Amino acid sequence: MARRVLLILTALALTAGTASAQISDGVIKIGVLNDQSSLYADLAGQGSVVAARMAVEDFGAAAKGLKVEVIFADHQNKADVGSSIARQWYDAEKVDMILDVPNSGVALAVSQITRDKGKAFLVSSAASSDLTGKACSPNTIHWTYDTWALANGTGNAIVKTGGDTWFFITADYAFGHALERDTENVVLASGGKVLGKVRHPLNTADFSSFLLQAQASKAKIIGLANAGGDTTNAIKQAAEFGIVKGGQSLAGLLVFLTDIHGLGLQTAQGLIFTESFYWDLNEKTRAFAKRFAERNRQIHPTMIHAGSYAATLHYLKAVEALKSDDGTKVIAKMKELPTDDPLFGKGTIRADGRKIHPMYLVEVKKPAESKYPWDYYKIRATIPAEQAFRPLDKGDCPLVKK
Amino acid sequence: MSTVFGVPTQALFGQLLIGLINGSFYAILSLGLAVIFGLLNIINFSHGAQYMMGAFAAYFLLQWAGLGYWWALLIAPLVVGLFGIVLERTMLKRLYQLDHLYGLLLTFGLALIIQGLFRNEYGSSGLPYSLPTQLTGGQNLGFMVLPNYRAWVVVLSLIVCLGTWYVIERTKLGSYLRAATENPALVQAFGINVPRMITLTYGFGVALAALAGVLAAPIYQVNPLMGADLIIVVFAVVVIGGMGSIMGSIVTGFGLGVVEGLTKVFYPEASNTVIFVIMALVLLVKPAGLFGRER
Amino acid sequence: MAVAKESADAPALALNLPETPRHQYLAFAVMVVFFVAAPFFVYPLFLMKALCFALFACAFNLLIGYVGLLSFGHAAFLGSAGYLAAHAAKVWGWPPEMAILTGTATAALLGLIVGALAIRRQGIYFAMITLALAQMIYFFCLQTPFTHGEDGIQAVPRGMLLGILDLRQTMTMYFVVLAIFLAGFLLIYRTIHSPFGQVLKAIRENEPRAVSLGYTADQYKLIAFVLSATLSGLAGATKALVFQLASLTDVHWTMSGEVVLMTLLGGLGTVFGPVVGAVIVVTLENYLAQLGSWVTVVQGFIFVICVLTFRRGIVGELGNILKKPL
Repeated sequence: MARRVLLILTALALTAGTASAQISDGVIKIGVLNDQSSLYADLAGQGSVVAARMAVEDFGAAAKGLKVEVIFADHQNKADVGSSIARQWYDAEKVDMILDVPNSGVALAVSQITRDKGKAFLVSSAASSDLTGKACSPNTIHWTYDTWALANGTGNAIVKTGGDTWFFITADYAFGHALERDTENVVLASGGKVLGKVRHPLNTADFSSFLLQAQASKAKIIGLANAGGDTTNAIKQAAEFGIVKGGQSLAGLLVFLTDIHGLGLQTAQGLIFTESFYWDLNEKTRAFAKRFAERNRQIHPTMIHAGSYAATLHYLKAVEALKSDDGTKVIAKMKELPTDDPLFGKGTIRADGRKIHPMYLVEVKKPAESKYPWDYYKIRATIPAEQAFRPLDKGDCPLVKK
Repeated sequence: MSTVFGVPTQALFGQLLIGLINGSFYAILSLGLAVIFGLLNIINFSHGAQYMMGAFAAYFLLQWAGLGYWWALLIAPLVVGLFGIVLERTMLKRLYQLDHLYGLLLTFGLALIIQGLFRNEYGSSGLPYSLPTQLTGGQNLGFMVLPNYRAWVVVLSLIVCLGTWYVIERTKLGSYLRAATENPALVQAFGINVPRMITLTYGFGVALAALAGVLAAPIYQVNPLMGADLIIVVFAVVVIGGMGSIMGSIVTGFGLGVVEGLTKVFYPEASNTVIFVIMALVLLVKPAGLFGRER
Repeated sequence: MAVAKESADAPALALNLPETPRHQYLAFAVMVVFFVAAPFFVYPLFLMKALCFALFACAFNLLIGYVGLLSFGHAAFLGSAGYLAAHAAKVWGWPPEMAILTGTATAALLGLIVGALAIRRQGIYFAMITLALAQMIYFFCLQTPFTHGEDGIQAVPRGMLLGILDLRQTMTMYFVVLAIFLAGFLLIYRTIHSPFGQVLKAIRENEPRAVSLGYTADQYKLIAFVLSATLSGLAGATKALVFQLASLTDVHWTMSGEVVLMTLLGGLGTVFGPVVGAVIVVTLENYLAQLGSWVTVVQGFIFVICVLTFRRGIVGELGNILKKPL
């Protein structure tokens, strides 16, 4: 009898020990999952790992007695590799939160798996607005930007200045389709016309044929609904074929600081696009950029890196407040707490998982206007947070009560 | 604006020209493969990796030695060709008496090693290599602007391809090579050093691949995977042309580039597949290829 | 023409004893015990992946080891079956056993078409036709809307097998996959050790002589091809349910290269070779994944070493040492 009581008490003690008010396994394990070796490696890649680690240090995890570990892996832009790693991380390696994940196809897969397993997913790279729309999840927060915000910023600005006929060159996967769809909506709503579209496989080397089709359409604006290496290839080859000289303009719908660095100001000057962060905005962002560049081979932070930093910081604050790293609960807490970090300033996270902050319309400087390394952008306009993202009720997100 | 089947002629000519330019890459690459298979019976699956090495050699020559494009055109094929010779002497030689397919598997493995090593070092986002200054700019042809560099690519490929064909089919050296493939023992008995000829021929085929790589460097990104998906297309070209036929692969290379260009106008999604459809059809009807002889 | 017969020491292994030799029973028992015990020590999802690929490699080996035909397009069967199974389970809402059957049937049909076209050629031309047809299937999968291109078919439900077994439970799923693998393996074994298998061997050794004895070689080769394609499809359909995802990777030609690697490493023409090869390659990929491209380099090395010096593969060498066919 005594033995049985002892057993029951031990069982109770053990279950009490594993009740929700505890950090699972004593470690907050963060997994940075992104493209480390292919066309998105520079804009996210190791930089996101650096950003996450900086956030952990700045949060002061050690001083607060919290053990935080950051690991990373390469999803090679493949949905099956990404979801295998996510599963293995959650099941076997006790990862609590997955960060980054560029490539919307992979992000959608990881979002589903995270939801099934009740963990947390902070998307600082992927773009598809579906992540807070029809594919929204109580375990996912979409940081940094999305296709709707880009379309709204860039699309509106360009149509207003007379670019009312468009031709799209689109990367043939979830992100490209989402970006094309959202931009097309903006163009049509502003009274413009879409004269044609062509889809290209991810990681295309030769855009000559697509550019010729764009040229033949005589559209004023050639919208590049792609990213990373695809965008830079298209821009370079457009110069070869005299597209801009012939009177058409290129609109990069998703361009990063590292793309401009790769292209050079000579080729990239005059490009207009939307970003949510620029390292040279103010003193705080400059200070961060200096520290980051030292740890990242002098490459300055893109908005992805900034997003990874800010998301990790806010996540850790929520975990500290909740004293638990249970995924679903932490995400709920993150939506509850207002955000505040040196990079994006003050902001909020909506019910659909969308983080809100201002967006900036930028223009690439001419070579003569650039005074120091990485001095690439002029800020043309600031879009306030409430206007920058798709209205809460327009997204078809089941989490949003109508 | 006049149209052909509903497509404006301007667009059509533009795509045909692009097709011709792409075709010149197919032609040089398949020429190298055809030389290697036709004369040596080796299926060189590492051809794509050697093409990539040529582009990288051009990049390194610029970075480390300050030697620009025109030097690279000469030196890169030599260096990579030498590498090919080493490969042949150390590994391929042992497989001649075995089934062709072992050669395929070995070169496939080599391709994986080479591509993996380069990827480790250089990632896959691509390294920049600028157009040679003498060839920037373009000619306005009315229906499109033809970049000077791309025109140069077509011209050089034609010269190299026709030159190689001439050497192999019309000169004494070429006749020794052709004889040696038919009956090595007999040719050796005549005092000709057959193994050395075979080695040099393999080196030459590899050098052709590297040359294509240098040509590609300024317009496509120099990246470790640039040869990976190209290799099977080039194989298709060689098979269609006829695995032993030099002229076959040249004609088919240019021809298929044009066919691909046409498909991009009328049915762009199928442009990647059309070469394989043609290959399947040719293999069913004339397995030795359009210009080939059955072995 | 056949790959295996070229190395002079292959014939000893190709000998087929009339009744199942005892050591093969033993090897089979070892394999079963290993796979039954393993999920309690090793992450089951990883083991399920190994099992699916082991079945794929065994199916591939049937064609290259016993018929002597190198197909460079087998991924088409693996991947298409995966897509159809995923679509059946997710969009049509069919139970898992129907989804797997759908996938397998698709692969069988494709195998019939590809086989009928390719069988007429041999050696390198056969390999090239299979590659060409596989590429066409790849581009079909890339373009057609139901596969969702680069994103693949995601969130495929596992469902309840026969209405009783809940496949969302990892261990249940594992044992179902193990059962499927063993069924496929035994089917291949029976095929090899049967009069049909004997004829295949005769055709591989000397086709004109087999024809002169009255066997229509093409028909036999076609049946073997379809069988190989069907079982590859079974592996692919099962894999789609295990990972709840069907993607372009499974129809890409590099996947065809991987299965050649697995079979070559394990031992062409051996019974257990493909299983060993598959397990090793999958393990390598898993543990080297952190090191990025080193996986490709190691795979390349294995190819090179196997072709130059290790042509019998692991199980083949083992069998040679023991002087018994494995």
